[in-house]
This record gives sequence, C-alpha cells and structure tokens, in this order.
Amino acid sequence: MTDDEFTAYHDLADETGDHRWAFGTGFTDPLEGIDTSVPDGVNAAALAAYCLMLGDDALIYSHRLQQWMTRLPELEEETAIANIALDLLGQARMLLARAGRAEGAVLAESTGRSEDQLAFFRLEKDFRNVRLAEHADADFAQLAGRLLIFSTWRLALLGRLHDSRDPVLAAIAAKGAKELAYHRDYAAQWVIRLGDGTELSRTRMQAALDTLWPLVDELFRADTVAGDLPGVAADPAGLRAEFDDVLGTVLAAATLDHPGAAPMAEVAGKCGRDGVHTEALGYVLAELQSVARAHPDAAW
Amino acid sequence: MTADVAAARQIAEAVTDPELPMLTLADLGILRDVTCENGHIVVTITPTYSGCPALREIACDLQHRLTLAGFAGSTVRTQIAPAWTSDWITPDGRRKLHAAGIAPPNPAAAGAPPPRGPVPLNLIMAPRDPVACPQCGSLDTAATAAFGATACKALLRCGTCHEPFEYVKEFWWPARGPRRGPSFIRSPCSGWTR
Repeated sequence: MTDDEFTAYHDLADETGDHRWAFGTGFTDPLEGIDTSVPDGVNAAALAAYCLMLGDDALIYSHRLQQWMTRLPELEEETAIANIALDLLGQARMLLARAGRAEGAVLAESTGRSEDQLAFFRLEKDFRNVRLAEHADADFAQLAGRLLIFSTWRLALLGRLHDSRDPVLAAIAAKGAKELAYHRDYAAQWVIRLGDGTELSRTRMQAALDTLWPLVDELFRADTVAGDLPGVAADPAGLRAEFDDVLGTVLAAATLDHPGAAPMAEVAGKCGRDGVHTEALGYVLAELQSVARAHPDAAW
Repeated sequence: MTADVAAARQIAEAVTDPELPMLTLADLGILRDVTCENGHIVVTITPTYSGCPALREIACDLQHRLTLAGFAGSTVRTQIAPAWTSDWITPDGRRKLHAAGIAPPNPAAAGAPPPRGPVPLNLIMAPRDPVACPQCGSLDTAATAAFGATACKALLRCGTCHEPFEYVKEFWWPARGPRRGPSFIRSPCSGWTR
C-alpha cells in the first residue's frame, strides 16, 4: 500500500474506533476473561502438554481440510468441509491458548506462549499431533474415511473430558463434542454412500480405508502425559471400544471389509505424540507458518 | 450504579448478530451477563460454535455502542461453559428467524440423542424431526446440505412449494447420560434410516 492508502485506512479506522481490516479479524485471546488458573493438585506442565496435543491434532487436521477448499466435487461439500475445518480451528485456538496459560503457570509468569506463537513458531519436532492428522488425502474417499476415523476418535475422547478436573478443558471439550457429532455424521454418510455405491466407488473407498488404517493404532497408544493427569485427561486405550463399535457399524452398513493393515511403524518407540512425524507434516507447516514467519510482527 | 447496568444491558441486548442480522444478542441467547466492575461495564458473551468468526465482530460492536452511549472503558468477556445450545434462542428470536425465511431450530434438549449416541446412517442428512418450511409451512422438507453458509445453519428444500431455505441447526446439550451404541435399520426405499 502507498502512504496515501495507509492514511485513508487509518482515518477510517480512527473514525469508527475499529482497527480490524476484514470480517473475523482483530483476533484476541480466545480465552480472554476466562479463569484459566490451574486447579490445585493438577500437574500444570502435563496439562499444558496435553492441551497442546489435542490442539495440534485440531490445528493440523483443520489445515489439511482447508487445503481441500475449491477442490471438492460439489458446492455443498465445500461448505461442509469449510465449516468442519472452522470448527476444528476454533477448538485448536482455545486448546493452544489453554496450553499457553498452563505453561505460564509452570513458569510462574502471568502467561506462557500465545496461540500464535504456538501455532506459527514451533518446529516439526515440537508438534504433538497424531500422524493421522498430517496425512495428505489423495482423493475424496480418503477425505471421507479419514474424517470418519478422526471424528469418531475425537468425539469419544472429548466425550470423556466433560467431567475433567480442569474446568477450562471440560468446557472446550463439551463445546467441541457437539460439533464433532455433526462431523462424524457427515463422514459416515459419505463412507456409506461410496462403499455401498458403484463397484468403482466401493473399490476406492476400500482402498482409502486400507491406506489410512496403519495410522489408527497410534490414536489409542498409551502416553505418559495422560498418565500424569488423573481425573483430567482420558486414557487413550479406553476409547478403542467405542471407536471399534462405531466403525464396525458404519463399515457394515457400507458393505466394506474391515481393514486389516498393520500399524505404521514407530521410530525408536516414538511417534506423533513424541514429535516424530511423517514427511507430510513439514509440508503442512511450510504453508501454515510461512506468512507469520515472513512477517513476525504482523497482527491479524 | 444499578441504573447504569440496566441501561448498559439494554444497549447490549439490542446489538445484532452480524451473520443473522435479524436477531439481537438477546434473541440469540449468547448474552450471558452485564455487570459493573470498578465503575466499568463488563459484558459476557458466549460463542455458538468454537470457531465462530462473528464473536469478535460482536465484541467490537458491543464496545463501540457502549462507548457511544457513554460507557467508556467497558470490556467484553467470553464464557464457554455452559456451552450454547440452540434452545437458548428466545421465542421472539424464533419468530424473527421465521419472518426472515429461515426455519428456527427444533428443540435440542427434549429427546435429543447425545452426541456420542447413534450414528444416523441415512443417506440424506436429515434433521431428527421434520422442519416446517418457513414459506408455506409444509412439513414435506428435506435437507440438501448439513452445512450451510455459516456454522449454525443447514440447507433444506421444501417438497411442496419447492423453495430452498436455511435452517438453524439444533445444537445439543452435552451428553452426560449412559452411552448408547449405534442403531439403525435399512429401509429399502429411502436408504438407511434410524
């Protein structure tokens, strides 16, 4: 912009007292005004790590869904995936903000890192999302299959956090669970439509699930962070029965075979939750972080 | 300061939602509280959906209008618990939605399946209960898309007058009861239904 344009913008902003540059911008801390003190007896460092995991899952998966924009087969699917990605981005913002505040409690500072610092200025090895979240969908069948797997698992997880001893996490989970119920329904219906559709659509839906299945076991892997948060976090292994129940029902309705592919290997006993990712995450971060890193002082 | 709070509340209640401009914050049920702290007004609002981009607009509007009315230095806070449900839309709000050609949400609390409940395995995204067409009142309506132009709306079409219309989705209370497993039956004509 030229100086004149800048002046016009500032005049307008001063006149209205409104310094946003577009609808939805002018971001403030999503937990502003909410009591984010860490409850007595809760391990603040573990709480920060846990919220970072759940926040990273939502942030990275949301970005992968955003990459589908303008590439979906129908307008209705565009609005659906955009809305789902937006819901997850909202969850990510609150969870990252929660992680930052809990981190602040550990450092005995008023606040830890902001949501932007966590989203845009961390390296790959510092991201704690499951590897399923970073996968790049090769076709629409993978989009539907991955959304079914992700939303079924996350709905089971957030459903167990309603009564978390951390009231902020409980509130974020209660809100997110309602959204995920819609996401899961949407995905289930596409998996059934494609699976119980034509020979071609069934073949491709089955191939998509076979491709994704190696990333499923990791979702239920025990992690030490959840273990350090009794009454606050959910035991990942405890989500498996509900997940299997829902997937079994949907796959049966879709006339699809239950995938049997072996889990993706861990690297020296480590995977996404430990910061050990697939190549795919680097591509997500390169895009997600490029603007913020090029303009580190910018405000959104 | 009591009179001030009442006046400020009146102003806050009248602020409209940018995505559903026919509704005020009071109609939508997202205005949680108006109080006075250390001589300044504090307004508390709650988001409808986690990623709702309108929340920031609403906060700016609130501050702007309160400042114009002489309440300088007022603050807007967010509250996320209890989570908003579409049942908080007031009867007045529902009437205004209907008048604007948008179908108001069916009750979410009564008889609602918990989010972790059955997977509705029908091939057409359908609200749980019939939605009346806001144009002709017919109950012969079908969903064409579960996600509309904003997070809170779905798209439906009327089978009688054939008009497409928007529907503010029912948004559930958090599930707390015993978990129910998926259940469905197959109906030969209409695909999968519960």
